[in-house]
Amino acid sequence: MRKHPISFTINGDLQELFVEPRKTLLAVIRDTIGLTGTKEGCSTGDCGACTVIVDGEPVTSCMLLAVSANGKEVTTIEGISSPDQLHPVQQAFLETGGYQCGFCTPGFIMAAKALLDDNLDIPEDEMRHALGGNICRCTGYTKIVEAVLSAAETMRANA
Amino acid sequence: MRNFEYFEPKTFAEASALLTRYGGEAELLGGGTDLIIGMKDRTLTPGYVISLEHVPGIEGITYDDCDGLWVGAMTKMRAIERSSIVRERYTALAEGAEEVGSIQIRNLATLGGNIAHGSPAADTAAALLVLDAQVKIAGGEVERSVPIADFYLGPGQTVLRTGEILTGFSMPARSANSGSQYLKHKIRQVMDLAFVGVATSVSLSNGTVTDTKIGLAAVAPKPIRATDAEAIITGSSLSGEVLRQAAGAAAGQSSPISDLRCTAEHRREIVAALTKETATTAVARAQV
Ligand SMILES: Cc1cc2nc3c(=O)[nH]c(=O)nc-3n(C[C@H](O)[C@H](O)[C@H](O)COP(=O)(O)OP(=O)(O)OC[C@H]3O[C@@H](n4cnc5c(N)ncnc54)[C@H](O)[C@@H]3O)c2cc1C
Ligand code: FES
Ligand code: FES
Repeated sequence: MRKHPISFTINGDLQELFVEPRKTLLAVIRDTIGLTGTKEGCSTGDCGACTVIVDGEPVTSCMLLAVSANGKEVTTIEGISSPDQLHPVQQAFLETGGYQCGFCTPGFIMAAKALLDDNLDIPEDEMRHALGGNICRCTGYTKIVEAVLSAAETMRANA
Repeated sequence: MRNFEYFEPKTFAEASALLTRYGGEAELLGGGTDLIIGMKDRTLTPGYVISLEHVPGIEGITYDDCDGLWVGAMTKMRAIERSSIVRERYTALAEGAEEVGSIQIRNLATLGGNIAHGSPAADTAAALLVLDAQVKIAGGEVERSVPIADFYLGPGQTVLRTGEILTGFSMPARSANSGSQYLKHKIRQVMDLAFVGVATSVSLSNGTVTDTKIGLAAVAPKPIRATDAEAIITGSSLSGEVLRQAAGAAAGQSSPISDLRCTAEHRREIVAALTKETATTAVARAQV
């Protein structure tokens, strides 16, 4: 089957690849590029573990063909911190204990970051609803919600 | 996923020619949230996938008081729920879009894909029914327009013919004294398919309902209008008795199935309850 030349930026770096059209963006991020922070939970769009940000909007990367990312700007969990500082959402998950096994965490952090980039003042009930596409089997969500609320506070203070 | 040849046509003519060349072996790709699921579990094994992403003129939302609303087939659910004109005047459609999956899914899922897929439970279908949408379809040089009520043939089946592309939806302009609502009954608040979906749209004049449309999703082989209930409400001022009768009539027109999640009888009760609630809200919204 014909492979397709694609190029897109991932965490600011330009990637030029030849991909089989059946490869999902998730598979290319993990297996070809080797960034394994983004997780595969369900592979059917239901769990949110594979959430990345494409052109500013969060998407489930298991539901997007890599060829469709051609020309776009992709951000993964590896791309939101600087070498000496975590992103406020990461820092808040760390301090609040918003994770146990950690498998859902990158997806939650990317979804929460996108949400707060859009609206730093989002009320808690709306925030819970907006994160409904992310599933956690460990924490019971309380600590995750606390982490996102605390991150929002930090980000508001720094805004 | 089985491998396939992938195309990204840059013009409508090119897309249409590819579709004609590969016929039944090709699938169109909108946001892919139905298609990729089907390809992953191999219920769909197209030899050719034709992306519509770069075809011009089939994405976006436009409105004017004369021609009404146009929503391109490739418009994302997220763009629809965020559109102020849709929220204001075509509220049920914004609410239908907002019910689809999660934010991550709605950034991919398109309105055209939701309808072309042919699911009787599609969350935007009931809204499009009550907002009088015309489905715009083009194949080769020929364009046609089909009322959404005639678009569905049965589960997974629509009037779309091989070689045709759904280009968008147009809905007549709505006056300030109209209102609408879509409600979905589900167990989990996010990411659950509709047990029942009901949309109602009304227009008012001097406290009397002059026009009523009620759309039901997930309770028949295709999305349907509850015309008996509509006739009961139109001409009334929506008293409790009218609501009770309309709710019963809507439940009577539905033909839900029993499955693991819910019995048919219970689904009918939900149709009745949501008919009452959406009619009440639609009238209240028409008054402001
Ligand atoms: C996790 C998850 C949750 C979901 N939750 C919901 C939900 O709550 N409610 C709901 O209604 N749906 C839900 N869906 C289903 C799906 O997201 C929607 O139906 C969506 O709108 C499909 O649009 P798409 O652009 O992704 O379609 P695609 O997958 O791209 O296309 C679907 C079908 O339509 C055809 N098609 C697409 N565009 C056109 C066109 N312009 N002309 C002709 N044919 C076309 C394709 O060939 C394909 O057969 C969910 C899906 C997932 C994965
Ligand atoms: S792995 Fe993509 S949503 Fe679960
Ligand atoms: S921390 Fe284990 S799944 Fe969320």
